[in-house]
Amino acid sequence: MLEAPLLDVRGLRVRFSAQVEAVRGVDLTVERGQTHCVVGESGCGKSVSSLAVMGLLARGAKRSATHMRFDGQDILGLSDTALQRLRGDRMAMIFQEPMTSLNPAYTIGSQMAEALTRHRKVSKQQALDRAAELLTKVGITAPGLRLAQYPHQLSGGLRQRVMIAMALMCDPELLIADEPTTALDVTVQAQILRLLRDLQAELGLAILLITHDLGVVARIAHKVSVMYAGEVVESAPAADLFAAPRHPYTQGLLACVPIPGKIKRGDKLGSIPGTVPRIADGFTGCGFRDRCAQAMPQCADSVPQRDDGAGHRHLCHLA
Amino acid sequence: MAFHIRRLALALGFIIVVGIALVALLAPWITPHDPFLQNLDVRMAPPSFMEGGGPDHFLGTDQLGRDYFSRLIYGARISMLIGALVVVCSGLIGTTLGVVGGFFGGRVDAVVMFIITCRLSIPLILVALTVVSFVGSSLAVVVLTLGLLLWERFAVVARTTTMQVRNLDYIAAAWAAGCSRPYILLREVLPNIVHHLIVVTTLEMALAILLEAALSFLGLGVPPPLPSWGLMIAEAKDYMYFSPWVILVPGIALFVLVLGINLLGDGLRDRLGAARDA
Repeated sequence: MLEAPLLDVRGLRVRFSAQVEAVRGVDLTVERGQTHCVVGESGCGKSVSSLAVMGLLARGAKRSATHMRFDGQDILGLSDTALQRLRGDRMAMIFQEPMTSLNPAYTIGSQMAEALTRHRKVSKQQALDRAAELLTKVGITAPGLRLAQYPHQLSGGLRQRVMIAMALMCDPELLIADEPTTALDVTVQAQILRLLRDLQAELGLAILLITHDLGVVARIAHKVSVMYAGEVVESAPAADLFAAPRHPYTQGLLACVPIPGKIKRGDKLGSIPGTVPRIADGFTGCGFRDRCAQAMPQCADSVPQRDDGAGHRHLCHLA
Repeated sequence: MAFHIRRLALALGFIIVVGIALVALLAPWITPHDPFLQNLDVRMAPPSFMEGGGPDHFLGTDQLGRDYFSRLIYGARISMLIGALVVVCSGLIGTTLGVVGGFFGGRVDAVVMFIITCRLSIPLILVALTVVSFVGSSLAVVVLTLGLLLWERFAVVARTTTMQVRNLDYIAAAWAAGCSRPYILLREVLPNIVHHLIVVTTLEMALAILLEAALSFLGLGVPPPLPSWGLMIAEAKDYMYFSPWVILVPGIALFVLVLGINLLGDGLRDRLGAARDA
């Protein structure tokens, strides 16, 4: 427990233009061998946060943080080339769209081998052997056949498996997965999540998983951070969050999820009125107050950070 | 049905281009006569299939008694050589500019766009005229003039396709996998735009061949006695009323070659596009 977390980010801010700050002081920690899920609706800054960690923000975006450490090493001030060496080697990333995340011009084998030879001094044949081994590990039968195929010959689920295998080529310690199951069928989704969990158990992988799907969170997360309008409004161990959500936004989110068997036909599903506000400079107080049923006058001025013990924290006047 | 016509067109274009390229390559071995050898006794002999034509000169002779068939074959060499060299030269310039502009965007792209606009405002024939009047006409001058000027379509196509590819997920994935910028440019972007560039290559090649013919016709292209098809048409225009074949033969040859290249380009575009979308 006293071991330092693998990824430790404090006070991350990302600014896209003079007026718009997409991420406003986010704290994230990912422990070794654990899964940290970041949930939130579209545009809340969850993807931007993960890209900022990898140093992959679009041109024009400005990133700052109190500190950002990977395995105890500061990665905030790291040079481009040093970051390049880290990316794909010790921290890997998989994306939402398996259909377009593989380069259509190369075979699966050559792309996977390239991922290894880029960071390690191994022969092409060794790299291909490793690729075949990993394809088997992610549950692809006939890896020899797949290695020779092009991405367009594979289905979405297969491609996402290939993406995961490719991310594992260099034995990364941290895997950042940006909505890895959003574009897949529900059955394939479940398979991919199980695969990630099994791989984690086997390889001791730390996973930072970005999603908007609380079902995914419930299946795989050890720890959850709920993001809203560029801030983490609540952060807790997964079981704790589902059992006792503290922030009104988290409570609202959970009320939106229909539970088969508990909700009858005709029952009203929960929803959160309104939309995410535009956070311009000079904005103070709680970003959720306009949509919150329990808003108080002081919500417009400031929001206290409350520590509920056992790693559960939330950002609200309500205890 | 339409599919079959397209395949046929591609096959036809391929046969024409490869056929003419082979003829050009093998010219010294397949020509019946020396294309430069003059024989004033047999000036303006009609082709052997026309009235008064002899078996010696299949396509007759020109105003200096040179064998027209041999000159036509050597002319194919000039056309193909110019087409290929110009496309290599302009393709390198245009693709480099376009890919760099499209990939880096921002200020770099603004500079690239400015260069393209400047190039578009330069009248080709006038530049060629100026260059030739300063340094004289030769094959090298024609190739360099066209090669240094005909790159704008490469640049425009490379730039827009690079912009499309740059924002695709697999490029983001490549960044996330720790690829360097030159690697992403050369190994991730370029292979995915090259099928567009192949089509541009064929179009530009046809254009270069036509422009060479036009320049030669104006006396600005390859100098006589080199047997360029454009030059043959220019020399033949004085005799076309009495000996129409001297202008028809190189004219038809030029038409067939350009048609073949365009058919090939169109067919390739369909095929390569279809392979992508599968």
